Amino acid sequence: MSNSTNIDWAALRKDFPILDQQVHGKPLIYFDNAATSQKPRAVIQALVNYYEHDNANVHRGIHELSNRATTAFEAARTRTAKFINARSADEIVWTRGTSEAINLVASAWGANHLQPGDVILLTEAEHHSNIVPWQLLAQRTSAKVAYIPVTGDEGTLDLSKLDSLLTKQVKLLSLVHISNSMGVVNPVADICTRARKLGIVTLVDGAQSAGHMPVDVQAIGCDFFAFSGHKICGPTGIGVLYGRQEVLEKMPPYQGGGEMILRVGYDKTEFKPAPHRFEAGTPDISGPVGLHAAMDYLDAIGRENIWQHDQELANYAYEKLSALNNIRLFGPKSGRAGLVSFLLKDVHAHDVVMLADQGGVALRGGHHCTQPLMHKLGVESTARASFYFYNTKDEVDRFVEVVKEIQKFFAS
Amino acid sequence: MFDDLNDLYQQVILDHCKKPRNFHELPAATCSAHGNNPLCGDNYQVFARVDGDVIQEMSFTGSGCCISKASGSLLTEFAKGKTRAELEKMFDEVREMITTGKVADDVGKLAVFAGVHKYPARVKCAMLAWHAAKAALKGEGAQPVTTESEQI
Ligand SMILES: Cc1ncc(COP(=O)(O)O)c(C=O)c1O
Repeated sequence: MSNSTNIDWAALRKDFPILDQQVHGKPLIYFDNAATSQKPRAVIQALVNYYEHDNANVHRGIHELSNRATTAFEAARTRTAKFINARSADEIVWTRGTSEAINLVASAWGANHLQPGDVILLTEAEHHSNIVPWQLLAQRTSAKVAYIPVTGDEGTLDLSKLDSLLTKQVKLLSLVHISNSMGVVNPVADICTRARKLGIVTLVDGAQSAGHMPVDVQAIGCDFFAFSGHKICGPTGIGVLYGRQEVLEKMPPYQGGGEMILRVGYDKTEFKPAPHRFEAGTPDISGPVGLHAAMDYLDAIGRENIWQHDQELANYAYEKLSALNNIRLFGPKSGRAGLVSFLLKDVHAHDVVMLADQGGVALRGGHHCTQPLMHKLGVESTARASFYFYNTKDEVDRFVEVVKEIQKFFAS
Repeated sequence: MFDDLNDLYQQVILDHCKKPRNFHELPAATCSAHGNNPLCGDNYQVFARVDGDVIQEMSFTGSGCCISKASGSLLTEFAKGKTRAELEKMFDEVREMITTGKVADDVGKLAVFAGVHKYPARVKCAMLAWHAAKAALKGEGAQPVTTESEQI
């Protein structure tokens, strides 16, 4: 394993052609990585190679190209299992992203595991993707949704309430690993272990963690783990649902169609075992191929190194922003993941983001798909800078200068 | 640093967003309506006191971004003493200007919003108070209005 101080981060940055450009006459500073990451040349090239040499439909053909496409498609599944330390590639289901992965569980697992009055336990800091599918499921089954509370602007979970919330009625606990609006890292292993002991099925939303830190689903002890390719240097349109084999096997299909069947009659159909049972129709094939390249790329750097770099940048940005007047910062003071959410006094987040854009800095402003949390914090929105390994301290310095300019602009 | 934005955040707009005019409730209002863009968090109540056909006074309260607040402020200034028909006409002209950049001869001070058309994501901010005002005058204040959908 390489040590993060020995890594030539500047050289890695050159792997991302998109970063080398000016916007509004200023060098681009891309700080919207929590929304989606940029793609290194290795991933773009993998997609090009696939379409130039190997493209065919998977699993059906007997010809050479179909064999190659199928091999690449399934090799990516095996690679993904290794990426999160699943026991087997059969525990990896392709989805369009985190949202679809969670919807798949809510739909297929939810079809036969809930009674009226049962409880689905979430946290107050969830992304809409980890709230709305459960609300829809609760409506269908007369189950209830309950929330582990978060405390104040720091956004950390109030775990003193956990024992009293883990009632007999709780059948599923779904929570975010790293919150996309606060940058909180939840102690998911501890929480999942406690839930598992009570027979509660657990899902971890790894959209913000999978590409930023080492992830071991067996160590976490969750039944499901969901993430999106596009946030970890892979293409859009491909995502992953990890499901523990014992749980996945018992789930009915998600959607019906080709690829997921063994035998179809006019009256009755036999389905393939997991994971293919959950993948109806021609899948995204180039997606897994690109994702495979992305995982290789990230692990060549080492996710423990990426994690250290992310945290260094976030702490540095947090410190520099804390030194400003008239700023409200969100998220934990220590142990934060690679992002900083903030508000400037008397300036709406959209105005901040628009002015930052003029300074070449791509931020996100809004509720970050966490409206209930924003509501709880008593704000409509925040501005957010989110980092990845190709970002630099120098960019953080320039970003902070832009924030100061914005303050001046509105103060004048 | 923000030269390009001078089009959008003109001094007039900055001034009106920092010190919005007619920014209060109107106890004597004859009608009012609520404009809310939940995705952006722009949220205003617009009040009007109408006597016969003439808008004697218009005011607003609420919170939101600079563009939406300045727009509410300049709208309430404009509306004072205008007839319903005059306000409707100006609504159409402002909408045309904000979506296409075309400035009609008689928009006066409101021309400061012409730059908004270059920033499609902000069109809904600039139009929110206008839609609320129109709904209030039509007596449709029971339903909150939004410009979050395509109907700008
Ligand atoms: C924490 C979290 N969960 C879920 C999602 C949804 O991911 P996707 O839009 O790729 O399905 C996101 C992405 O914004 C996220 O940050």
